Amino acid sequence: MKDNWIINAAGRSVPATINGEPAIPFMGVGKYKPSGRKYNPPVSSCTDYPADGNKLVPSLKEALLRAGLKDGMTLSTHHHLRDGDYIANLVFDIAHELGIKGLRWFPSASFPCHAHLIPYLEDGTLDWIEGSMNGPLGEFTSRGKMKKTAVLRSHGGRVQAIQNGEVRIDIAIIAAPAADIFGNANGLTGPSATGVLSYADADARYADKVIIVTDNLVPFPCLPMQIEGNEVDFVVAVEKLGQPEKIVSGTTQITRSPDRLIIAELTARFCELTGIIYDGCIVQAGAGGISLAIAEYMHEIMRKKGWSIRAGFGGTTRYMVDMLKDGTMQHILDAQVFDTEAVRSLNENREHRSFTLHNIYNYHSKGNFASLIDVVTLGATEIDVRFNGNVVTHSDGLLLHGIGGWQNCLFARNTIIALPLFRDRIPVIVDEVTTLCGPGELIDVIVTERGIAINPLRTDLLARVQGSGLPIKTIHELKEEAEAICGKPEKPRFTEKVVAAIKWVDGTVIDVVRQVAE
Amino acid sequence: MEGMAGYCGPSVRSDCFVRIIPDQQAGCRIVLKSKVESLYGTSIRKLVEDILQFYGIRNVTVEIEDTGALPYVIAARVEAAIRQLTETDRSFLLPLLPGNIYPTLRHARRRSRLYLPGDNPKLIINAGLYRSDGIILDLEDSVAPEKKDEARLLVRNALRNNDWMHAEKMVRINQLPLGFQDLEMIVGQPLNLILIPKCESPETVEAVNEKISALLGENNTDIWLMPIIESAAGVHHAYEIAAATGTVAALAIGLEDYTADIGAQRTPEGTESFYARSVIVNASRAAGVQPIDSVFSDFTNDEQLFKTARASRTMGFEGMGCIHPGQIPTIHCAFDPEPEEIEKAKRVVWAFEKAALEGKTVVTVGTKMVDPPVVKRAQNTIDLAIQSGLTDKAWRENYEG
Repeated sequence: MKDNWIINAAGRSVPATINGEPAIPFMGVGKYKPSGRKYNPPVSSCTDYPADGNKLVPSLKEALLRAGLKDGMTLSTHHHLRDGDYIANLVFDIAHELGIKGLRWFPSASFPCHAHLIPYLEDGTLDWIEGSMNGPLGEFTSRGKMKKTAVLRSHGGRVQAIQNGEVRIDIAIIAAPAADIFGNANGLTGPSATGVLSYADADARYADKVIIVTDNLVPFPCLPMQIEGNEVDFVVAVEKLGQPEKIVSGTTQITRSPDRLIIAELTARFCELTGIIYDGCIVQAGAGGISLAIAEYMHEIMRKKGWSIRAGFGGTTRYMVDMLKDGTMQHILDAQVFDTEAVRSLNENREHRSFTLHNIYNYHSKGNFASLIDVVTLGATEIDVRFNGNVVTHSDGLLLHGIGGWQNCLFARNTIIALPLFRDRIPVIVDEVTTLCGPGELIDVIVTERGIAINPLRTDLLARVQGSGLPIKTIHELKEEAEAICGKPEKPRFTEKVVAAIKWVDGTVIDVVRQVAE
Repeated sequence: MEGMAGYCGPSVRSDCFVRIIPDQQAGCRIVLKSKVESLYGTSIRKLVEDILQFYGIRNVTVEIEDTGALPYVIAARVEAAIRQLTETDRSFLLPLLPGNIYPTLRHARRRSRLYLPGDNPKLIINAGLYRSDGIILDLEDSVAPEKKDEARLLVRNALRNNDWMHAEKMVRINQLPLGFQDLEMIVGQPLNLILIPKCESPETVEAVNEKISALLGENNTDIWLMPIIESAAGVHHAYEIAAATGTVAALAIGLEDYTADIGAQRTPEGTESFYARSVIVNASRAAGVQPIDSVFSDFTNDEQLFKTARASRTMGFEGMGCIHPGQIPTIHCAFDPEPEEIEKAKRVVWAFEKAALEGKTVVTVGTKMVDPPVVKRAQNTIDLAIQSGLTDKAWRENYEG
C-alpha cells in the first residue's frame, strides 16, 4: 500500500489513485499543464428529436429512463437553488424507487437540504459525491460512512474537470426557473428565479444527456438563452423547483456583530491606505456577513473619493446593485445571485450581466479572469503560519464546507483573508492547516479584529503600510495572541482512511481528508 | 443537593453549564460535552480536576456542557457550583494576565463607558476591542437576583484574566448592603472604578470607600468612585455626594430611574430632566469631579445619538454611557473637539504663551480679549484633542501663529 502514496509539491502525502482512477499529485502553482484535446460528448442528430421542437416528457422519471439511467452512472445538478433545492433530492428519490445502484452525484455544491440523500448513500443508491460538501453530508463523509472517496473541487476546478474529461457526466439534470419546450432556459423569471444559470453551463455542453426541469414553462423562445436548447434532450415541467425563500433571500443583511464590523472596517482601510483599490479597479464580492460589510465600507471610500469600480464580480447582492445605481460600480459580472434585488437588476440593467464559470475561472483555458481582480476578500476555517489556507475542514477535523470559488479567487492580485482570530475558543491561525486547500504563496494578507498580518513575500505591501497607523503584526504574533487567550489546542485525531480528496484548480491532488477518530 | 452554574442552550456561546452531583462512589467523574472537545478536552478536564482538588472535593460527578468557554469562565462556573455545595472563603484564581494591572487617573478621559452584563462571557471577551474609555462589568440591573453569586465570580476572574486593552475597568455593584458582598469579591483584583447605583446620600459613598479601604488594608487612594444619581433625593444631595470622599472621580446621572421617580415621561428633547442634569453638572464642577451623562437607549439611531451627545457636551458633561459597542465611535466623535475648536484653542494658547514671554498679561486674539479662564479652557481642548489623536502632542513645533 505504501508505494501508492506520493508526497506532493506542498509536502502532503496523497494517494496515486482515487476510486481506482490515477490521480496526479499537486506539482506547484502553475506547474501542471495537460496535453491533448478537450473531452467530446457524443454527436447528436436532430432527426432523433421532434421536428416541432417539443421535447416535453411527462415526468422526470420518464426523462431519466429515456436518458438511459442505469447503475454506476454520473448524475449532475447545479446549486443555484441553494438550500431551497427540491430537484437533486427528487432525482435520487426516483433512482432509489427504480432500484438503481452505485451512482455518483456530481453537484456544483451541496446544501443542508441535501441531507435528504444520506439514506441513499447508506443503501447503495449513491456510492459517492464529487463536488462541494456542506454541513451534514460533510460530517457523514468525515465519519467514514461514504462508500467511495469524495472529491472536492473549486467552481473553476469543476469546469476544468468536465472539460478535460476527468469527470464524464452521463445525465445532467438542470433545474431552470424559466424554459421553453425546446430547452432554451434562463434563471431570470418565475417563482424560483435564480437570476443566472452559470454553474450549469458546462454540464449542458459536455453531458451525454441533458434534462431541463422547470416550474415556469414559457412560450418559445425563452430569452435570453442562458442555456441553449440544442444542448438539451428532454424538458420536464414540475410544480415547484424549490422553496423560494431559501433560493434567494428577500434581503441580504450586513453583519451587526461589532467584532466583524471591526474586521470589515480594517480591511477597507487597509485597501485604501495601501492603494490596492483605486479609480477603475476590479473587485470580487461575496455574500458573507463580513464581505457585505467590507463592500459597504468600500462603497463609502468610492463615494468619498469620487471613484468607481470598473467591474465587480458577483455573487451579487443588493449592495452591489446600489453601487451600480449611484455610479460607484460600472459593471456587474454575475455567476451567482443572492437576493431578489440582484435578480431584478439582472432583468433591468444592461451593465449587469450573467457570465459562465468557463469564462472566468477555468484554469485550463486561454486566460483566467481571476488574475485580473485587484482585490478579493475571502474567509477560511484555518490559516497557518506559512499563510496556507483551509476552507473545507474545521480544526476538529470535520469536513463541513465546500471550496466554492475560494481557490479560484486566490489568483487575484491581492488576496485578503478576513476573519475573526478565534471563534468560540477555536483559534483560526495554526502551525499547520488540517487540510491544505490553498498554498500560502497566493494568500497575501490576513485581517483579524486584533491585527493584520502581511505575507512576507509581499514586500511591496509591507513597505506601503509603513507609518499608516494600521495594526500590523506578524502571523506568529497573531497566532500567539490567540493562543494566549484560548490556550494551545491539541491536534485532531484521524484514522488512516482517506474519505475525501481535495483537488487544486488544475485537477491535481493538493491534499486529502481523513476519517476523524471517534 | 447539587451545585449548578452557567448557561447552556442553542443560543449560548463561549460559556458553559456546570452541574456537580455528590456521589456515593469514590472519586471524581467528569462528564464533558464540548464543542471544542477534540482541541481542548484534555485541558478542560485537567482544569476541573485542579479546582476540585483545590477545594478538597471528592466523590462527585461533574457534568459540563461547554460551548467554547475560556478557561477563566470555566473556572468561575465550577467554583460557583462548588460554593453551593460547601462553605468556603477560598478563591481559585488562574495566573493574572500581567498587562491587566494599570492605574487610571482621577481625571482620566471618560467620554464613553460600555455597559456589559456581568454574567455574559460572550460579550466580555472582545469588549476591549471597541475602544471605549471605560468598560463596566455590571452586577446590578443586568444580573438576575439568583445569578448574583456566580456573576461576582465571573467578574472577578474576568478582571484578572480577560484582555481589557487598557480600557478603564469599572464594576457597577449592587445597592448596599448587597454591594458589600460584591466589593468583598472584587477588591484586590485589577480594578479602576466602582459605580455606586441609586446613590442618594454622601453616607453611601463613604460606606463604600471605607469598605474598600478595609478590604485593601490601607486607605483607598486609586479605586475611583462614580456615584450614579437616579432619584429626586439623589439630585437634591448631588453636591454632598460628589464631595463625599477624595476618591469620587465623577458623578453620573441615570435618567430611566430618575424620570420614573419624579413621575415624568422621557422625551427625545429631555426637557423633563434638564433641571436634574444641570444640577449634576454644577454639583460636579463645584466638587471638582467629572459630570457624566446617562445612556441613549436606541442603539440603531446613530443620528439622534450624535445630537443627544453633542447637546450633552454643550451642557458641560464629559461623557455618556453606551449600551452597544456601535455607539462608541459616535459618542467619541460628539465629545471630541471639532477641528475649528482645536484651531481656535491653539491660537489662544499660542498668543498667550507668546505674550507671557514678552511679559504681557493681557492678550487679544482677533477682536477678543483673552484672560486666564479662556486660556485654561483652550488648553483643555488641546489636551483632549491630543488624547484623541486629533492633533500632535508637539503641535507648537510647526505652528505659525
